[in-house]
Amino acid sequence: MSLDKETVARIARLARLKVPEEELAPLAGELSGIFAWIEQLNEVDTSSVEPLSSVSDVTLPMREDKVTDGGIAARVLANAPGGAVYIDPSDRNAGGFFTVPKVVE
Amino acid sequence: MAALTDLTIAQLTSALARKETSAVEVVDAHLAKLDEHRALNAFITETPDQAREMAKASDARRSKDEAGLLEGVPLAIKDLFCTEGVQTTAGSKILEGFVPQYESTVTANLWRSGAVMVGKTNLDEFAMGSSNMTSHFGGVENPWKRKGDNRKLVPGGSSGGSAAAVAAYMVPGSTGTDTGGSIRQPAAFCGIVGLKPTYGRCSRWGVVAFASSLDQPGPFARTVEDTALLLQAMSGHDPKDSTSAPVPVPDFAAAARNPDVRGMKVGIPKEYRVEGTSDEIVALWSKGMEMLKAAGAEPVEVSLPHTKYALPAYYIVAPAECSSNLARYDGVRFGLRVPGKDLTELYENTRGAGFGKETRRRILIGTYVLSAGYYDAYYRKAQQIRALIARDFKQAFERCDVLLTPTAPTAAFAAGEKMDDPVTMYLNDMFTIPASMAGLPGISVPAGLDKDGLPLGLQLIGRAFDEETLLRAAAALEKAAAFGGRPAGY
Repeated sequence: MSLDKETVARIARLARLKVPEEELAPLAGELSGIFAWIEQLNEVDTSSVEPLSSVSDVTLPMREDKVTDGGIAARVLANAPGGAVYIDPSDRNAGGFFTVPKVVE
Repeated sequence: MAALTDLTIAQLTSALARKETSAVEVVDAHLAKLDEHRALNAFITETPDQAREMAKASDARRSKDEAGLLEGVPLAIKDLFCTEGVQTTAGSKILEGFVPQYESTVTANLWRSGAVMVGKTNLDEFAMGSSNMTSHFGGVENPWKRKGDNRKLVPGGSSGGSAAAVAAYMVPGSTGTDTGGSIRQPAAFCGIVGLKPTYGRCSRWGVVAFASSLDQPGPFARTVEDTALLLQAMSGHDPKDSTSAPVPVPDFAAAARNPDVRGMKVGIPKEYRVEGTSDEIVALWSKGMEMLKAAGAEPVEVSLPHTKYALPAYYIVAPAECSSNLARYDGVRFGLRVPGKDLTELYENTRGAGFGKETRRRILIGTYVLSAGYYDAYYRKAQQIRALIARDFKQAFERCDVLLTPTAPTAAFAAGEKMDDPVTMYLNDMFTIPASMAGLPGISVPAGLDKDGLPLGLQLIGRAFDEETLLRAAAALEKAAAFGGRPAGY
């Protein structure tokens, strides 16, 4: 399996990851090398093997559907990269908003 | 009395219990070592003020006879565990300045046991790496050097800072996380003990996620007993992590104090005799078996036929889970934000600027293997291989109680070596990844020095949730190997 520049650009777009044009070709080379090495998995016949998605034998536990947390808006917003706007600045836990750049005209 | 920084955790807690010293004195002695060895770059954030406050509170608890298991013991925490009010970066630019508003379960358990945090340790970015060279905050220097060679060596990774801090006597113990070998390999490179518990033993809640089906927190220390003490405090069922196992926590320290392996069957997997492993490590492996045999264990040759496929299967599963987990870093709610002309460009610019090269590589691999039309060929295939690997171990453990293998194929390498090709770096984890894929516990024990004077480790792998047998065997190996090595100048 060999990946070309266009494929790398496509998956970078899917991953919402900006990759400078001049790095696409070297990345395509590296990723092709990794996928060529991964190809060896095709030596193994897995046609009758159930995939293992979790090593934990535990059945995922159920819990009662009730609110266990809340009233901590100030903490939720504490790391907002563009700052936060609070509904009631005198009571930050009353609620608020993350701010983002304007995206609609 | 020996210097406070030379004491093990077990020795420190007894000295504290006998009132020969105080938690404040102990933490000050260790903080002085952090100052002295800052050039190793083992810490991203030091927390001396908080450490002294915690130590004072610890002394107060002890005076009221409320001492916990780790009362007054200074610890370093991998900067992947969220610590309330203390910057947590995961070694990434994208999280620089991020201050968690909550405490991870594992660290909360440690503080409840009386431990004292001295700082947050350096690591490969998002725990992806085997050298600590992918950290946005720079590489960590291994306190060990080759004889007659002044080149800086890597401490291994991803928990490189945690391992170096313990090896340099800056702390008696630390936490790490292990996804494919990130505790065991740096423990081997730095000549200390590192344990990856069974998947589900320690809660992942509050640990920055890399590959959720593999990630597992665990301890580093200089002795097997200390490692067991830390594990005991870290473990326990946590309803906040749905994969946390609802099982009781045994007395791990008691197991570590009982190095009795008489009648224990120790499996030697023949597929671990791999080309590229140093001759000295192969020789040490045989010697390790001889030592356990002399202590009364019985060697058994076992076969794990799918061993060689574990590494390439891991490099599908781990990047796939990484690409999903790291999708949350979008510049909107926390972390770095780099503006763009529209929302898509804001995402792309933020992630392009915030992630380093190895993280980017793994996100791209993960995105590709999960993309339409490739899922079955890659991700499903890797999960099938994973089932076969788990079955291999299950069959081997019908014939033995623990497995003995090397931890890593080489001793610590120099910064810059093995950097030209990603696959060469990935091969460093070939002995640790199979147990990770099966969710099994593994421990690396320092067992000797190579001709350059660098430490080498041996790995023991146990049955799921049987860390007690693992610790008994590790204690026997530790006793017989009598490592006692110490990096020059530390």
